[in-house]
Amino acid sequence: MGNDPGRGVHDMGGLPAGSVERAEHAHAPWEKRVDALMVLLGSPERRVITVDQLRRGIEQLGTEAYEAMSYYERWMASITNTLLAEGVISSDELGRRMAEVEKRGEEGAG
Amino acid sequence: MASHVHDQAHDHRPPPDEDGPLSYYETMEIAVREILIEKGVFGADDVRAAIEAMDARSPAKGAEVVARAWTDPAFKDALLVDGSAACASIGIELGPLRLIAVENTATVHNVIVCTLCSCYPRNLLGLPPDWYKAKAYRSRVVREPRAVLREFGTEVPDDVTVRVHDSTADMRYIVVPRQPAGTEGWEPERLAALVTRDCMIGVTVPKTP
Repeated sequence: MGNDPGRGVHDMGGLPAGSVERAEHAHAPWEKRVDALMVLLGSPERRVITVDQLRRGIEQLGTEAYEAMSYYERWMASITNTLLAEGVISSDELGRRMAEVEKRGEEGAG
Repeated sequence: MASHVHDQAHDHRPPPDEDGPLSYYETMEIAVREILIEKGVFGADDVRAAIEAMDARSPAKGAEVVARAWTDPAFKDALLVDGSAACASIGIELGPLRLIAVENTATVHNVIVCTLCSCYPRNLLGLPPDWYKAKAYRSRVVREPRAVLREFGTEVPDDVTVRVHDSTADMRYIVVPRQPAGTEGWEPERLAALVTRDCMIGVTVPKTP
């Protein structure tokens, strides 16, 4: 189970799994910002990324990454990959900006 | 910077909140947001407004809808026919997604899931709880719903059918629980206080007062 050819890592309905872990965490500000990013990019007046593209991007992360990453890390990776693939941003400008942000080391909560 | 993001190993815990160095994806979020603002895709105010709208949504909205359904039979009928239109009729706009309300009865108990991802009626319930997005719930609730419900303290009698509804991005479900006995004639506001998020997901039922 879990290794069916053609079944993606996200496609987990009916597979065996452990008991439901009911502890919940409050969303961190950066997680809310990722969510807001997607809401804005997917809004009817912008339609830069659709929710289907978000999901496809998450499904394409690969098993290891999918299982290792937190929920909003998956979202962020998918959003970024989609923006790169669509040419909305370039890998050069992203790389430069990430290096800048790291250097600033600030919260950047906007 | 790699042109494709997929190989950053991380543990399951969400990153610590704002203390310490930024994680890789926190850094990425800031960078992407800044670039998009500079390109005029949206403004910083739009981000703030989206977060405020998110924070304003809570299960209280869903509870209001359920309490209305309990006290207004015509509204309940309309809700079960077309959830989105019925919500719009009382001023709750759900946007393009289709809302399907499923009613618990003496013979049927409903529960919702999104096995493929995390689709959820967020306009009515806010953001989904962690367990709704996690593997254990998504995998098991479609195969052994009674066992999963038992983990939430919910025992569904054998003669009651359990129906599991698998959501999609465009089609989202909400459970209309059964009104607890002894609450007939209550005001909608008082009834709404009995309706929790988990009741509207279907993993619990409203407590009899």
